[in-house]
Amino acid sequence: MMTNQQALFVYCQRIGDNSLVLGHRLSEWCGHGPVLEEDIAMSNMALDLIGQARGFLGYAAKLEDKGRSEDDLAYLRDARQFKNCMLVEQPNGDFAATMMRSFLFSAFAYLHFRGLVKSTYDVISGLAEKSLKEVTYHLRHSSDWIIRLGDGTDESHQRTQKAAEDLWSFTNELFDMDTVDELLIKQELAIDLHVLRNEWNEIINQVFLEATIIKPDDSRYMSKGGINGIHTEHLGFLLAEMQFLPRAYPGTQW
Amino acid sequence: MKETPSLSTQNIWDILQTIPDPEVPAISIVELGVVRNIEIINSESIKIQITPTYSGCPALKTMEDDVIEKLKEHGFSTVKIETIYKPAWTTDWLTETTKQKLKEYGIAPPQKLTLEHLIPLGKQPGQVTQCPFCDSADTKITSQFGSTACKALYFCNNCHQPFEHFKCH
Repeated sequence: MMTNQQALFVYCQRIGDNSLVLGHRLSEWCGHGPVLEEDIAMSNMALDLIGQARGFLGYAAKLEDKGRSEDDLAYLRDARQFKNCMLVEQPNGDFAATMMRSFLFSAFAYLHFRGLVKSTYDVISGLAEKSLKEVTYHLRHSSDWIIRLGDGTDESHQRTQKAAEDLWSFTNELFDMDTVDELLIKQELAIDLHVLRNEWNEIINQVFLEATIIKPDDSRYMSKGGINGIHTEHLGFLLAEMQFLPRAYPGTQW
Repeated sequence: MKETPSLSTQNIWDILQTIPDPEVPAISIVELGVVRNIEIINSESIKIQITPTYSGCPALKTMEDDVIEKLKEHGFSTVKIETIYKPAWTTDWLTETTKQKLKEYGIAPPQKLTLEHLIPLGKQPGQVTQCPFCDSADTKITSQFGSTACKALYFCNNCHQPFEHFKCH
């Protein structure tokens, strides 16, 4: 039987890993943005996400109580131990693909954190309150770009539509839950992700309508398994780069 | 080390008030609202609670180090820093005096947070941001994101000066 503490340890890793992996992806744009302002915007958002990851992974490490730190969790776990959704590990692609990934994920994260603010557990609700403020403007920023690009030139429209098609099969698992969630929901420590789905769809519909983007069909193949450590091949390459330094030089400090 | 008759909590607030924000040195970390609570355990040991402005603010570590160093100068050999997240930091904690200091430093201060700031879709709230140099309201935003997480980039159409705005958060 899983204890609350063990369930929260897993739950915090899921949230922390989502933020960490997307934060790393966005940081890959640093120095490569299409214009200076966007370069800075993506680096700023990467920083927010990595900060959120520190909060959640730091707390996960405390719950585990085995002497591991947030850095140990970030840098010394292998892909199979990462519990992020597959959406956030997808490669940057072009700017439209990056903004689409951020939009689809931020819409989910916004609703998730908004719900977690009401968690009966102070640390979770505190971290959620902090993260919610940041994710709110990530969603504003990415949705704004989806509209500009989707309702822009023929080429930008085409690229944005393609990004939606390419990423859609990773959206179903955003709402995946298992016994960890069930245990925590019962005690109002976490929230039921299924109930977020309608509102998530409304956000996507509203923005896609204005962006003249056609929402892909849900009946296609949908990936599943991120929360249990199943990932696409892309995560391994991402970790190889992100973890290189602490693995090659164990114990190195800034 | 200085001779330290027992310091009161108020004395500690006054001491921390002298530590500048590493990224916006015109204001102190107390004025910024980062220092939340002070607990003197005994004459050698003290606990300070701080909260980050933005989750990933790289200046937080520097602030922690500055607090530890400053309190060690005042005789506290053990300084425990605890990061808290609740209540979440907001620019509404900046007083009018602090906002005036930002303006004098050349940064347009934050307006009061409104419900519009909490809506994730649609345009940015249509608040007027005055140029800190010429006070003109004829300004435009060039980017929501600036040189630090807490600032946005603006341009003044009147005095043709780019400037930074301390974002409402």
